[in-house]
Amino acid sequence: MNWLTDLTPDEWNAVRLSIKVATVAMLASLPPGILIALLLARGRFWGKTLLNGVVHLPLVLPPVVTGYLLLLAFGKRGPAGAFLAEHFGIVFSFRWTGAALACAVMGFPLMVRAIRLSIEAVDRRLEAAAGTLGASVGWVFATVTLPLILPGIIAGMILSFAKAMGEFGATITFVSNIPGETQTLPSAIYTFTQVPGGDEGALRLTLISIIISMAALVVSEVLARRVGRRLELT
Amino acid sequence: MTLAIDIARRQGNFMLETRFESAGRLTALFGPSGSGKSSLINIIAGLARPERGRVAVDGRVLVDTERRLFVPRHKRRVGLVFQDARLFPHMSVSANLRYGRFFTPAAERYAGMDAVVDLLGIGALLDRRPSGLSGGEKQRVAIGRALLASPRLLLMDEPLASLDEARKAEIMPYIERLRDETKIPIVYVSHSVAEVARLASEVVVLSAGKVTAAGPAAAILQRLDLLPDEERGEGGALLETVVARHDAEFAMTVLASAAGEIRVPRLDLAVGAPVRVRIRARDVMIATERPHGLSALNVLAGRVVSIEPEDDASVDVRMDCNGATIVSRITRQSRQALGLEPGREVFAVVKTLSFDRANTAAGLRVEIDA
Repeated sequence: MNWLTDLTPDEWNAVRLSIKVATVAMLASLPPGILIALLLARGRFWGKTLLNGVVHLPLVLPPVVTGYLLLLAFGKRGPAGAFLAEHFGIVFSFRWTGAALACAVMGFPLMVRAIRLSIEAVDRRLEAAAGTLGASVGWVFATVTLPLILPGIIAGMILSFAKAMGEFGATITFVSNIPGETQTLPSAIYTFTQVPGGDEGALRLTLISIIISMAALVVSEVLARRVGRRLELT
Repeated sequence: MTLAIDIARRQGNFMLETRFESAGRLTALFGPSGSGKSSLINIIAGLARPERGRVAVDGRVLVDTERRLFVPRHKRRVGLVFQDARLFPHMSVSANLRYGRFFTPAAERYAGMDAVVDLLGIGALLDRRPSGLSGGEKQRVAIGRALLASPRLLLMDEPLASLDEARKAEIMPYIERLRDETKIPIVYVSHSVAEVARLASEVVVLSAGKVTAAGPAAAILQRLDLLPDEERGEGGALLETVVARHDAEFAMTVLASAAGEIRVPRLDLAVGAPVRVRIRARDVMIATERPHGLSALNVLAGRVVSIEPEDDASVDVRMDCNGATIVSRITRQSRQALGLEPGREVFAVVKTLSFDRANTAAGLRVEIDA
């Protein structure tokens, strides 16, 4: 069965683009994800509930609404979009970068949640012990906190990646469905289902989608088990 | 080394208001649970802030609220051994040991890896993970980790409290070696008279956040009224002795002390080795004439110095036996029957078997030299 070789260039593009968008979305949201998770787990400040609400908004809003809000803020005429384009030359609207932004925003609450839970599970007395041994706050984070929350970070990254692979509503609203630029796997499948005789293409891409998602899950399992064995938390 | 503390801190309804100075090799902070010992340790280590006061180690000021000075914990060079060892679970034993060493400026490292590993007998554990260690092994590694940061002061917060008797007996000799073979001053928190009697050179007694007594261990531990209720039965005299000879026939060791010879169950020490013995007040009988036909082997002649009524049922009789103080707790009825008064010549009687392992310990070498 050589159905893989039957993929059209457009279909291949969709597969490559999806993986690129999901990877960039996952990596770009990791540093702010850890920072926000730390703030929510440890911080005591005014407006913490508000921050928590804002972070979780994409989880409860209809994806179309999130996409439309992104369009308003980061579109060509949007305040943030115009600023970034003018000063840094970063353009989101109708580009793959916009798709990555939409995916990152949609996956952000999942990532923050996973990391936050692992931070809350860290025994802070270990950090105090590290402090008395001469480690400054930064060193304590790098040598004690970070290694201990690694399983949570891995889980958060996989969740973010998986969410990005499946993201549809916000992406198509924000950056449309342009083959080769913003047409990710779900958009491509959706396009196939809208034309007569597109069933075969839709099925091919669906299978590929399943394979990629399974691979991500397996990788996360292996990583988590390896880290878990290192920590011997059994 | 001198440790100077004068601090106040309010915790809910509890007021910790403590002031003392100590220059001892091993200073025991002694008191019942809830007396503020651990809060005090946390303030010295920089894990808690006092509302008011000053903390100085060897003249180096760590906290001075008047000058708004608070040295952060990682710059204090004050080691802390916790009750729960708190080893890093994601590192091997050897990585745990090297952790503090990494942060110590090279010029200030005095503790060598090999020497510490040897001192604590943890050479076989280096490649293991903390989760696979026994409680006693964990605590020895935790002590090593603190030592290898080359601290100027080592704090030990009830390091034996969560261990069973067998594990305690396993670690005790290592703490004694630490005290005798290194120059690091130690502050040791405990609520156990047995531990304090065995280890301490100085004792600071805390009660409800206040210092109720401070001084040399022998002077404090014979004051039974200073001890917490549940530990009062453990109080008594501390005698510094040396091994005079071994009695092979009866498996006994004879110790020479100011009060006279004391026969104890066989000790595994060389002749001339210093031994500190604790004679619990409740283990001491009093006779008004030299007893005959008695199984007890240790009969020490002395003179009653004072009799303090403890409560309705018992009194504490303090005796001077040739310069050494022995304390006996007897019933008020016995005191009346014997007609004991200060100045009376008496004999203190102690069974050899009262000197179990918990009551005989390798002595402080410094005190014997003096």
